[in-house]
Amino acid sequence: MPMFSLEARLKRQAMFDLLFRTLTRFSAFGVLALLAAIIFSLVVGSMPAIHAFGFGFLGSSEWDPVNDKFGALIPIIGTLITSGIALLIAIPVSFGIAIFLTELSPRILRRPLGIAIELLAGIPSIIYGMWGLFVFAPLFADHVEPWINQHIGGLPYIGPFFSGPPMGIGILTASIILSIMVIPFITSVMRDVFDVVPTLLKESAYGLGATTWEVMWNVVLPYTKVGVVGGIMLGLGRALGETMAVTFVIGNAHEITKSLLMPGNSISSALANEFTEAVGELYTSSLIELGLILFFITFVVLSIARYMLYKLGQREGSHT
Amino acid sequence: MQKLDLYTRRRIVNTAGLAVSVLAMAFGLFWLCWILWTLLEHGLPALTGTVFTQMTPPPGSKGGLLNAISGSLIMTVIGTLIGTPIGILAGTYLAEFGQRGWMAPITRFINDILLSAPSIVIGLFVYEIYVVRFKHFSGWAGALALAILVIPIVIRTTENMLRLVPSTLREAAAALGAPQWKIISFVTLRAARAGILTGVLLAVARISGETAPLLFTALNNQFWSDRMDQPMANLPVVIFQFAMSPYEDWQQLAWAGALLITLSVLTLNIVARVLFRQSVTTH
Repeated sequence: MPMFSLEARLKRQAMFDLLFRTLTRFSAFGVLALLAAIIFSLVVGSMPAIHAFGFGFLGSSEWDPVNDKFGALIPIIGTLITSGIALLIAIPVSFGIAIFLTELSPRILRRPLGIAIELLAGIPSIIYGMWGLFVFAPLFADHVEPWINQHIGGLPYIGPFFSGPPMGIGILTASIILSIMVIPFITSVMRDVFDVVPTLLKESAYGLGATTWEVMWNVVLPYTKVGVVGGIMLGLGRALGETMAVTFVIGNAHEITKSLLMPGNSISSALANEFTEAVGELYTSSLIELGLILFFITFVVLSIARYMLYKLGQREGSHT
Repeated sequence: MQKLDLYTRRRIVNTAGLAVSVLAMAFGLFWLCWILWTLLEHGLPALTGTVFTQMTPPPGSKGGLLNAISGSLIMTVIGTLIGTPIGILAGTYLAEFGQRGWMAPITRFINDILLSAPSIVIGLFVYEIYVVRFKHFSGWAGALALAILVIPIVIRTTENMLRLVPSTLREAAAALGAPQWKIISFVTLRAARAGILTGVLLAVARISGETAPLLFTALNNQFWSDRMDQPMANLPVVIFQFAMSPYEDWQQLAWAGALLITLSVLTLNIVARVLFRQSVTTH
């Protein structure tokens, strides 16, 4: 009798095991299903726009809700340009901060300073937007943009990009605020990958008489190249999808201008501004297609980022 | 002479490089301080008692943020309650059962992508599957969108934390004859709970400031509402609406709300980090 009950208990536990495993697997499968559902629902939602405009949607710069004519070119370009400029600013700064935190900072300050930079990522994006609109943009318009107009606006070739009325809001302002927002993400990946470098390698270089800068530039950076690029792509992924901060300061103008000081539009800010007010199936559907395009772009960028970071992780594994 | 030149040049390059790195650090801290200062400067005077006791006002009159604060709390709590169990279970799968097969690596990859996917797209998704079907914006839709943002964060931290648990612990439990579900839920998950809690706190911090996914889901509500099937007021969307408005009173309230959100998010961030450090040092 005791034998029998023991067996029964074992069997019951085996059943619980199976149940538990199935439950966890089901949850993990939920993630895959979620991605499939996101893509599927966005495609379904944008079907009317796809039928109406086809591939022409991507190349058309028209955005005319009154006559139901829509094209994605301006928001796409706005998204790419703001993110690109943001990266141009954020990459060197993040590199500097990462060097400071891994090599220069006194040990006691390392943690608090690291947390301070991470808090920059914790501040909600709408706060960046408010601060940008009410504090940064007016200062930028009064003090920086006239200077840019005067000194860079007159130069050949790049001049036209930097001349325009000093309004404060516009592509350049949005890019600068975006760059502040992605700095913590890139910095944190750079710090992580710099820690991967074997101490032996760095010490060998120091032993040969290399300076700190030479160690960073000639030893650490080449060793972690893949990871650093991965981190940059991760930052790019963030910048592309950033919504609220950009919405506040980009100006939301559906037009294309050469000047970075002029207002523009990005995919996410077009969505945030117009979606709830969009009337008519085609209008809504065009906005959803914009969302689909944004998701596609970030998906590709983030896939590349993750792939590169995995590659670095694998190399780390093979060394130990 | 030639040699000295080389040394000097290297020293100059080194000093310049390091100086630039110090400047970069200062640059980063500068923005943080500036933003926090702005918030305190505009937010503190606006943060009066009525903010917590009155509803959002019509334009041009005084009022508070009570309905927005409660709406935000409700949706954040429900979003976390939905997202956390799913995240922990899926993270457990990746850490404990995911050694073989194709599913774990792919899930991990997709999860890492969802982790940084644009939140506005999540808002669109929930709009498509919920708002379109039920024909109205609602608190449930908002909570659902937030839950979708919670899941990847919790999965990531759960997996990472479970991997830190030494396998000797699992083996010891197994040697005592414990079935696998008991090993995982009473030994490994318990050993990793501080780390997992950190992940949940970070997820709460992330969603409590999210605006974009709530725009198309919970929308806004000018009145007190505890009904989840109605549009629901929430701090981020109210801040967005009030800050963009031309009315002085509304902008004041937006600053008060901004200060509230930032303080709670930053506190959550710091608490999560302190908590995790303690759990690491006690082991």
